[in-house]
Amino acid sequence: MRDVVVIGVGLTKFGELWDKSFRRLIAEAGSKAILDANIGGKDIDAMYIGSMSSGRFVGQEHVGALVADASGFSHLHIPATRVEGACASGGLAIREGYLSIASGMNDIVVVGGVEKMNDVGGNFATETLATAADQEWEAFFGVTFPGLYAMIAKRHMHEYGTTKEQLAQVAVKNHANGALNPYAQYQREITLEQVLNATMVARPLGLLDCSPVTDGAASVVLCAAEKAKEFTDKPVKIIASGQGSDTLALHSRRDICTLDATVHAAKMAYKQANLTPSDIDLAEVHDCFTIAEICAIEDLGFVEKGQGGKAVENKITTLDGSLPVNTSGGLKSKGHPVGATGVAQLVEIAQQLRREAEKRQVKDARIGLAHNIGGSGATCTVHILEAM
Amino acid sequence: MAGGVARFWREIPQRYNIIGNKCGSCERVFFPPREACPHCRRKSLGKMEDIKLSGKGEIITYTIIHVGPEAFKEQVPYPVAIIKLEEGPQITAQIVDCNIDEVKIGMKVENTFRRIQEDGYTGAIYYGYKFKPVKE
Repeated sequence: MRDVVVIGVGLTKFGELWDKSFRRLIAEAGSKAILDANIGGKDIDAMYIGSMSSGRFVGQEHVGALVADASGFSHLHIPATRVEGACASGGLAIREGYLSIASGMNDIVVVGGVEKMNDVGGNFATETLATAADQEWEAFFGVTFPGLYAMIAKRHMHEYGTTKEQLAQVAVKNHANGALNPYAQYQREITLEQVLNATMVARPLGLLDCSPVTDGAASVVLCAAEKAKEFTDKPVKIIASGQGSDTLALHSRRDICTLDATVHAAKMAYKQANLTPSDIDLAEVHDCFTIAEICAIEDLGFVEKGQGGKAVENKITTLDGSLPVNTSGGLKSKGHPVGATGVAQLVEIAQQLRREAEKRQVKDARIGLAHNIGGSGATCTVHILEAM
Repeated sequence: MAGGVARFWREIPQRYNIIGNKCGSCERVFFPPREACPHCRRKSLGKMEDIKLSGKGEIITYTIIHVGPEAFKEQVPYPVAIIKLEEGPQITAQIVDCNIDEVKIGMKVENTFRRIQEDGYTGAIYYGYKFKPVKE
């Protein structure tokens, strides 16, 4: 296996981007990453694109080729492949790009993630997200996607005494971080009272416990470490890539409150990097709902099972805490264009390790982790990056 | 839901009568039925037998849905739970025939045959299981 580094990153603004189409979004993020990496089209050996449901959101499948075309590379006939794993599509695309370089097959790969979610109405968007759940045995019976995470939250409260206030503190923290991120959908702070009093979506989760519907794209350029010097003097090394899967339906899991796909992916990643959770300086975790961040910090091994709520309450995960989590604002505040999310997490970690995170910069950050979930936990990727 | 009548029709035994299956090798019970037992895998092939489940169980977690999908929006707010059935499998279903504030983790429930959703005003009506509290 060859070492792989990130040599370029690019991000569009996240939000309701009425004037930008699916193809313009991904072409913009890709162009930024390619310029940042100081490469040209002829240097690119392959492209991997994460998109969860372009077919339902914009009525367009076959987006691997579309993205290569929209980026101006149709005449170069670059192998371009779309990767899908619900909200983990971006993380999977990163992993496919990583593996293709590590294997020796490719030297330079552009990875993109994109979702254009606002062209359809809110109901249709919610139902599209619910296709990540088991259609026959969950969605058919009336459970929504927030409903699944609400059931995780309810069980977590029952078993560990986690409180609605602790859930709310995840949203408050992530909005405080997002307020410092010029690319975030919601660049404003919110109060605990606002979260607690928000319209109920699926008890105990209110509107401000939920990540929003977002348009956006993200891209990274990956390169074989031995060739990176030709292009950049600030490479960030991917020191581990883990992936795990689990039952599609939440009700079939070993434990409702543990995402075993995360546990498995994290174990794989820590082993490859020869690290333990305490070696991680900062993490971007998949906070599609506030409870998801609490489960994530437990399942990634940062705190013991059941202690996630307390850890948030004790401000361990704030920007100046001992383990900053979701410095970008997370899915909650930065926004969650589902296919783009896993790639955008890597962009944030790379920027932090390159000391380019401006007001969000975590001092002395050297090792960062990105955790991306598909569905209610049936797919997970974990990547660990190190500053060089 | 996408797929229409045939997609629903082929699941009728499971949806109407909670037919699961049992591994002939380890005796574990599954719902919905599985092609192979995840524990015994190849040893279970050809030995998975259909069985009717009792439809009795206990709520292990639940939520009250306040923002529902199009087909359910007239029912909000409604409770949905994960129920652990007596035979072992866990199942997701609506809880009915009680006040939504009565729904609790640990509550004993049993299945009841109900209308689940329909394909619009003129389309097929889909039936299946919901669960209601067991009256002591």
